[in-house]
Amino acid sequence: MDLIKPVTPEVIGRRSGSLRRRHLYSRAFRIACIGFTMSAVGVLGLLIYQVAAAGLPWLDLQFLTSFPSRFPERAGVKSALYGTLWVVSFTAMISLPVGVLAAIYLEEYAPASTMTRIIEINIANLAGVPSIVYGILGLAVFVRFLGLERSVIAGALTMSLLILPVIIISAKEAIRAVPSSIRLAAFAVGATQWQVVRSHVLPSAIPGILTGVILALSRAIGETAPLIMIGALTYVAFVPDGPMDEFTALPIQIFNWTSRPQAEFHELAAAGIIVLLAVLLTMNAVAVFIRYQGTRK
Amino acid sequence: MKQPENAVLEARNVTIRYSGEAAVKGVSLSLFEKKITAIIGPSGCGKSTLLRSLNRMNDFIDHVTQEGEILYRNSDLYGEHVDPVEVRLHIGMVFQRPNPFPKSIYRNVAWGPTINGLSGDINERVERALKQAALWDEVKDRLDDSALNLSGGQQQRLCIARALAMEPEVILMDEPCSALDPVSTARIEDLLFELKEKYTIVIVTHNMQQASRVSDYTAFMESGVLIEYGDTDEVFTRPKQKRTEDYVTGRFG
Repeated sequence: MDLIKPVTPEVIGRRSGSLRRRHLYSRAFRIACIGFTMSAVGVLGLLIYQVAAAGLPWLDLQFLTSFPSRFPERAGVKSALYGTLWVVSFTAMISLPVGVLAAIYLEEYAPASTMTRIIEINIANLAGVPSIVYGILGLAVFVRFLGLERSVIAGALTMSLLILPVIIISAKEAIRAVPSSIRLAAFAVGATQWQVVRSHVLPSAIPGILTGVILALSRAIGETAPLIMIGALTYVAFVPDGPMDEFTALPIQIFNWTSRPQAEFHELAAAGIIVLLAVLLTMNAVAVFIRYQGTRK
Repeated sequence: MKQPENAVLEARNVTIRYSGEAAVKGVSLSLFEKKITAIIGPSGCGKSTLLRSLNRMNDFIDHVTQEGEILYRNSDLYGEHVDPVEVRLHIGMVFQRPNPFPKSIYRNVAWGPTINGLSGDINERVERALKQAALWDEVKDRLDDSALNLSGGQQQRLCIARALAMEPEVILMDEPCSALDPVSTARIEDLLFELKEKYTIVIVTHNMQQASRVSDYTAFMESGVLIEYGDTDEVFTRPKQKRTEDYVTGRFG
């Protein structure tokens, strides 16, 4: 039997006008997408260029190791940088365990009840509450009611409230992404709920959880409103020694400098922004690294 | 149906509902020691639900309610003081799709015995389980490799080894070959004959040839009802019920 036979007439190559038009639309959409992406990246690039042009000349060791001053050439971000690092560290220590345990409870333990649904919906809503509202809450509860004053710990607790919904939601997503077949397999060899969570759910979910936590902390670093609300200082000539000390933070210092009339202070603000961006990028790099480590296994 | 053997598991008038809708309706049957029992029937007939009730895996599905009793050597598995974790030590399970842990081959098998503090040398136990699952020769030189690098058929045999490492009395298998090619399927069927020496096996399958090849007893279910249960040869060659005959011969409706 002949397995290869010529087939006539040719069918391919006689494309209709409608197909040509569809290809045209397809190309146009692609170009539009590239255009919009480029304009977003372009604006960001312009912003970074302007900040760098104004701030880089001021950025030196003296800037990083000096306290704020009336004289621009002597002013620096030491207290603000330390304050930010203090607040972020304590925020991480508070929000990480609370957020992750809450997410584990909601995903692994909570019964599928109306009550659980209500809690989950409320957490999602809290993620959208303006940060200044958390500032007011922090002022009322931590600063006044608990008497923590304008301390690092009051700031960290307020920031934790702000980012907890984001952490819980991202941790829930990471936990939910662990296939349920793995859980069932573990239960089928006589594991308890805790053993399933500890040995299978958490190891698989940790890269996702940590990425979410670090992105949430990055958000906290840039927040100004809640810190101003709880009364973080704008002029601080000392570095916090402990969680009960008063503090300032990078965005507050930047805001303070931009509101001064002298042009030099505006350039100092730009230099402060560069420091803030450097802290942010470092944290994001850590998040990327952790995710990479997690997916490599 | 001849009944010389000991019943290991017994379902008594079991009804299982999802959100009120019955998936299993008043099923009663005994499962015999060191025999392979196949449960067959069309999709959605409740056979997997019934199987999962035998080691309380339905506990993980929301809104499931169950009536009737399931006895394992005379104790009610759903009794007030029964710990479901303990139930699963005696009654293991192999799932429809291979679901190895994303860990090493060794850890997959060793994890269950380790967390349960089972006695004896753990390495011996792993080796024994892998040998029983006919996987040892293929993996003995790479026990530390990720289980996810194994082929689908190897993964399923690893899952069988994982269940065997617990040395349960009963192994429940939920369509264990449905995601496998014919060669892997044949290997697992061969395996079942050997495992029968030591274990009581209950296997849910869509594959009628498989049921007739491997099982000693066959239960046929339809719409949640146990239509016929008996010696596999009889169910396939001289079914008592018309519906069973239609199903096993491929004539429907």
